[in-house]
Amino acid sequence: MIDNDVLERVLATALKTGADFAEVFASDWRGTGVGLDDGRIEQLSTGRSRGAGIRVIKGETTGFAHTADLSEAGLQAAARAAAEAASRGTGGTQVVALSAQPQRIVSPVEIDPSTIGKAQKVELLRRVDEAARSTGGAISQVSAGYSDGRTRILVANSDGLLAHDERVRTLLRVSAVAHGDTGMQTGFDSVGHTMGFELFDKVQVEDIARTAAQRALTKLKARPAPSGSLPVVIKAGSGGVLFHEACGHGLEADLVAKGASVYKGKVGELVASPLVTLVDDGTMTHEWGAIAIDDEGHPTQYNTLIENGILTDYMWDYLRSNKEGRAPSGNGRRQSYQDLPMVRMTNTYVLNGAEDPEDIIKDTANGVYVAHLGGGSVNTATGDFVFGMTEAYLIENGEITEPLREGNLIGNGPQVLRDIDRLGNDFAMGNPGTCGKDGQGVPVGDGQPTLRVKSMTIGGTAS
Amino acid sequence: MTQGDRSHELLAIADRVIAMARPDEQVEAFVGRSLSTDVRIYEGEVEHFVSAQTEGIGIRVIRDGRTGTSSCGTLDASEIAEVLAEARDNLSYGEPDEWAGMATPDGVSVTPQTLWNDALESTSTARKIELAKMLERLTLERDSRVRVDDANYSDAFSESAVATTTGIRVAGRENGCYLSVGTLADDGDETQTGFGFAVGRNVDELDIEKAAADAVDRATRLLGATKPDSRRLTVVLDPFVTAQFLGIIGGTLSGESVVKGRSLFAERVGENVATPLFTLVDDPTNPLAYTATDIDGEGLAARRNVLIEGGTLKMFVQSSYSARRMGVAPTGNGVRGGYGGSPSSGCLALQILPGARSQADLIAGVDDGILIQQVQGLHSGVNPVSGDFSTGAAGILIKNGTLGAPVREFTIASTLQRMLQDIAEVGGDLEWLPMRATGVSLVIHDVTMSGA
Repeated sequence: MIDNDVLERVLATALKTGADFAEVFASDWRGTGVGLDDGRIEQLSTGRSRGAGIRVIKGETTGFAHTADLSEAGLQAAARAAAEAASRGTGGTQVVALSAQPQRIVSPVEIDPSTIGKAQKVELLRRVDEAARSTGGAISQVSAGYSDGRTRILVANSDGLLAHDERVRTLLRVSAVAHGDTGMQTGFDSVGHTMGFELFDKVQVEDIARTAAQRALTKLKARPAPSGSLPVVIKAGSGGVLFHEACGHGLEADLVAKGASVYKGKVGELVASPLVTLVDDGTMTHEWGAIAIDDEGHPTQYNTLIENGILTDYMWDYLRSNKEGRAPSGNGRRQSYQDLPMVRMTNTYVLNGAEDPEDIIKDTANGVYVAHLGGGSVNTATGDFVFGMTEAYLIENGEITEPLREGNLIGNGPQVLRDIDRLGNDFAMGNPGTCGKDGQGVPVGDGQPTLRVKSMTIGGTAS
Repeated sequence: MTQGDRSHELLAIADRVIAMARPDEQVEAFVGRSLSTDVRIYEGEVEHFVSAQTEGIGIRVIRDGRTGTSSCGTLDASEIAEVLAEARDNLSYGEPDEWAGMATPDGVSVTPQTLWNDALESTSTARKIELAKMLERLTLERDSRVRVDDANYSDAFSESAVATTTGIRVAGRENGCYLSVGTLADDGDETQTGFGFAVGRNVDELDIEKAAADAVDRATRLLGATKPDSRRLTVVLDPFVTAQFLGIIGGTLSGESVVKGRSLFAERVGENVATPLFTLVDDPTNPLAYTATDIDGEGLAARRNVLIEGGTLKMFVQSSYSARRMGVAPTGNGVRGGYGGSPSSGCLALQILPGARSQADLIAGVDDGILIQQVQGLHSGVNPVSGDFSTGAAGILIKNGTLGAPVREFTIASTLQRMLQDIAEVGGDLEWLPMRATGVSLVIHDVTMSGA
């Protein structure tokens, strides 16, 4: 994307005001999106965005500027702006010698989506529409989206690091509306992986369509969710977002450093049920949050955050790990070249337990079985979180019975982690997610085996 | 961007694109450029200073009812030609839609707005930094239990232009600045959070004292909060909470949701959908609204639309597409998400017509209730299609007309349909907020609170 000697000269400019650290992050994204709604392919869109962000750190201050102009002149102007932003003083001349790291491949791509004809992508959505509508006569509307994107990344910094990555992601989302006597209900499902068009050799789009449609149909017969505290069993692969929200964010070192996390100062302490081992793993091949290097050029890792209930480590980016004099953990990520990196999760999941999931349900006298969770959010300082149950059922006398209408589940992260009393052996990853923090969205994955929380608050309307 | 209004340059780019249209095509070019600053202060030091410049173009082509779009993040002439070619190629994969088309001028005159203030351009970097530092300092001085997570100054200067082969040709610019502070309040082992903000077209308009006071109040008022018991009760929504709900209600009044069978209000125009106390307008021509604007995302004049009047549903907000498809006049409600997005219908500046009484008076009339000061997870807890909602909340219990203990970690739930009928009173305390809806206190009966 940019020649090494240009990068070296740009970094030298960025360091001119006496900065401690300078970095060039360049990316080039190309993507295709197809939208189907109301029974027709509405439009096909393609886009391109490329540019570079230049970060300069001096003391406690970070200066940042970005440009869509990747010529040396454009990069030099951004470097001067970032250096100016970081410092009003002057410094000496520093020389940077870059040494390229071999490109690492975590998620090999078999079929680059850009080599696939647009007609083939359109065809996927026609199949989705037909499959969703044929799931039941009450399906009144279907919308679906296909998207693929390829992003090439380059990171060079004043420590001499020079790293490249190429990320290919492919995604399909389906949303269905069912119309009945009780009004309208919706169902959603999606599949997305860090891989190419071979995704659709491995996954039948009809299955995704039927799952979304069935969720909407089931809710037509649903009763209001209960109101109050009950045991909650969460199906494998549907509740990873709980761990993402309930504790993942609180383990991000930037929030910890500012005292905005309930997990500050808790390393080595028991913070969860001893059943729980929680991992953040950017190397998990083909998962939605997989990246070979993070957006600061550091290789991603398998990081154990909680082991048998004991907090072992936080997640780190360059800024925070450098301050603590430790190695980064490969968690410095950003939405695009227009954004500063922050500590972010990749694929966050709970390792398998030992139990048969059937037994967990059988041993629950009365409670709620959550088969699909929607989005959620957390206040990391208090640990209070909330997320939506988009497919849930009552458990009565150890059996899954009636479907429930939508409602939120709320709880407190540290409390819920301690209240996990049963853990299944049926680990599964969940739907692809987009994690938002400080206005930036990045792709993340999550997963967990079937598990039970002793008590959570269910925000329904049934008395 | 200190050389005066340069949005005509963007219009010239858009003009060049539509001049390349073939006789059987409709072409739209939307061109945008923005410059922004973002300063973050932590413990009296600049934590980061971001200077950002973005530009881009989105091109939409319609031929034989088929639509194709393409965009790119640069205004290089060579790239733009490629974008047009891509959009043309993409349209061949779309399916014909008899209602597809661009907006056409509808003769509604533009209500001029002052969306630009020259003085903001000449504000020095040092002054911007000082404002954020002052906000951090003022916040800390108010209460020793309070820490500041970060204090921020941001500003944005944006210019855009849109031109179509159907006769739309507009350009404009807008700027504004924003201060915000995130707070943490500690009491023993307990920590609560808050935030405060101030907005203006110029730094002189920023009410820093109010931002600091709000941030301190929001964080400290929840200290010692407990989890309440589950029951049905009356809720009083704080203006900021009402505004968040209005954003969701606005989505159900979008013409595009209606034509695609996703609105719970479809087929209900002329019917009673809310209490007679409830009148909802979308009025981007009101200069007090943060999202006031003169033109919509498709280049039509923005206008005042009464959506619900005295509880009766009057109309939906329309893009040119949804209006054509419903057989009604456009309402100037085309919205688009940046240069790459296609326009759809949406509310621009929602407002409930206010009542007369203060929030304190409203509370005095409630026997068993709760003042909801904060909601969490509204985006995951409301289904705008079914109307079911359930959201995490925090607030203060009301007993016999008096505020009592703070409570948190509970949900409130109902359906949007019921909630609109159960509104017992609208407050007189309009609050203009940096979002597409205006705040006002609301009293709503019979809402389910789920806690312990």
